[in-house]
Amino acid sequence: MEEILEILESNNKITEEQIATMVNKSVEEVRDAIKKYEEDNVILGYISLINWEKTTKESVTALIEVKVTPQRGEGFDKVAERIYRYPEVKACYLMSGGFDLTVIVEGKTMKEVALFVAEKLSPLESVLSTSTHFVLKKYKDKGTIFEKKQKDDREAVVL
Amino acid sequence: MNISEMILPSVRQVPPSGIRKFFDLVNEMKDAISLSIGEPDFVTPWNIREAGIYSLEKGYTHYSPNAGFIELREEICKFQERKYNLKYDPKNQVIVTVGGSEGIDIALRSLVGPGDEVIIPEPSFVAYKPCAIFAGATPVIINLSAESEFRLTPELLEKAITDKTKVLILPYPNNPTGAVMEKKDLEGIVEVLKDRDIIVISDEIYSELTYEGKHISIASFPEMKEKTLVINGFSKAYAMTGWRLGYCLGHPDLISAMYKIHQYAIMCSPTTAQYAAIEALRNSDDDVETMMREYNRRRRIMVEGYRSAGLDCFEPLGAFYVFPCIKSTGMTSYEFSERLLMEEKVAVVPGTAFGECGEGYIRSCYASSMDNIVEAMKRIKRFVEKNKK
Repeated sequence: MEEILEILESNNKITEEQIATMVNKSVEEVRDAIKKYEEDNVILGYISLINWEKTTKESVTALIEVKVTPQRGEGFDKVAERIYRYPEVKACYLMSGGFDLTVIVEGKTMKEVALFVAEKLSPLESVLSTSTHFVLKKYKDKGTIFEKKQKDDREAVVL
Repeated sequence: MNISEMILPSVRQVPPSGIRKFFDLVNEMKDAISLSIGEPDFVTPWNIREAGIYSLEKGYTHYSPNAGFIELREEICKFQERKYNLKYDPKNQVIVTVGGSEGIDIALRSLVGPGDEVIIPEPSFVAYKPCAIFAGATPVIINLSAESEFRLTPELLEKAITDKTKVLILPYPNNPTGAVMEKKDLEGIVEVLKDRDIIVISDEIYSELTYEGKHISIASFPEMKEKTLVINGFSKAYAMTGWRLGYCLGHPDLISAMYKIHQYAIMCSPTTAQYAAIEALRNSDDDVETMMREYNRRRRIMVEGYRSAGLDCFEPLGAFYVFPCIKSTGMTSYEFSERLLMEEKVAVVPGTAFGECGEGYIRSCYASSMDNIVEAMKRIKRFVEKNKK
């Protein structure tokens, strides 16, 4: 049944009927499986991947390397939670290597993001240091290439 | 001088592809959804492309050995053993060709000439019959039917064999029907052939694309090993059609005969493609698996689509084609395909392109994006309902 997840991950607009045909199961079985995945937080949501650069909306993304002090008994989880609760934070990962947390922040302008770092993130007690990198251009995200050729330009040949 | 009279009768005899006109029409209609193209829509996996690019950067731009790089032949043998339990010696039982197509041509040219008969089950790939004719031989067609799911039966084969029969073409998994031959089907064929002096050219180019159960080669039957020439290649499994690379496996005497023609006509297969193919065989099983799973989903959507449109459609278990029956619409294959293109802008191929017995069927290829397939099936349903007799 995990094939259902693969299918949904690549296209969540697909209908339950279509999934059922694809995996050779009944619609009920597929519906039940999806419901269970949702209840178990395996399927966390159904979101769309949008290239905001093609719209009029102003948007900047920054990747922030954060060094923190882990807390006794809580490890990094508590600090991470303090950070990821901000709606500006779109992603937050615990890392191995030279720093502890990767925080992806989105804002309307660079100034907005900079203010977030200066006023919200850095002052947190456990945060030792931050290093902010702005994204200049997105080439690929979630396995999807942004400027890819959409047209099927194969010629019909005799075979 | 009348040039056309200078052309060999055997070449003149082969009509220009009847389907060409239809394909010209398809190519003109830029906004049509095409289910007519018999090649993967996927681009060659990046690691394979990269290996080709790297070979160019290193300056590997020269001829390869005539039979192909030994490294590649070794990988081919390992692959065939791992996948289909076929054992061949990379030194004298493998030849790397320019696509499976060259293999078909040089095999037939090595084996048959005037007075010899080549048995070809149809519907099948368009090249077998012309290649037999160009070699001077006589094609003997077996008309397969949907009742036997387009599998070759021992009875039909027995009937087609004469004392002139020298070669049987065994094209499974099949283009255009999607039919496969399972073990029990092959057993019947082996029974007919085991005591006869007939070479089997087993075209297994779609061997990696089977959906319920694994492909079995007729060469895996010990009594058939010597008299089978296996043709395979990289086009379908690895989405490498444009690289033009295939190979043949068989008895050393047959391979060395084919080698002669190959070395004088072709020299060697493209070097860049060979480097890419080595990478394909070594590190791309996962990519093949991923593409295969996606094809399988599309296959089910397409079969379901035709059936819900009210057309009979047997379940194809291999390749990437569905071969539904359109007789219930009262149209011929050509009419159906042409009107579907004009009225709904969906391109399929008339079954007659693959043999006369393809009349009443269309070939519909699911090597196209899922979105395209879903939309095309909607249009086909509308078209069939409008024209239902």
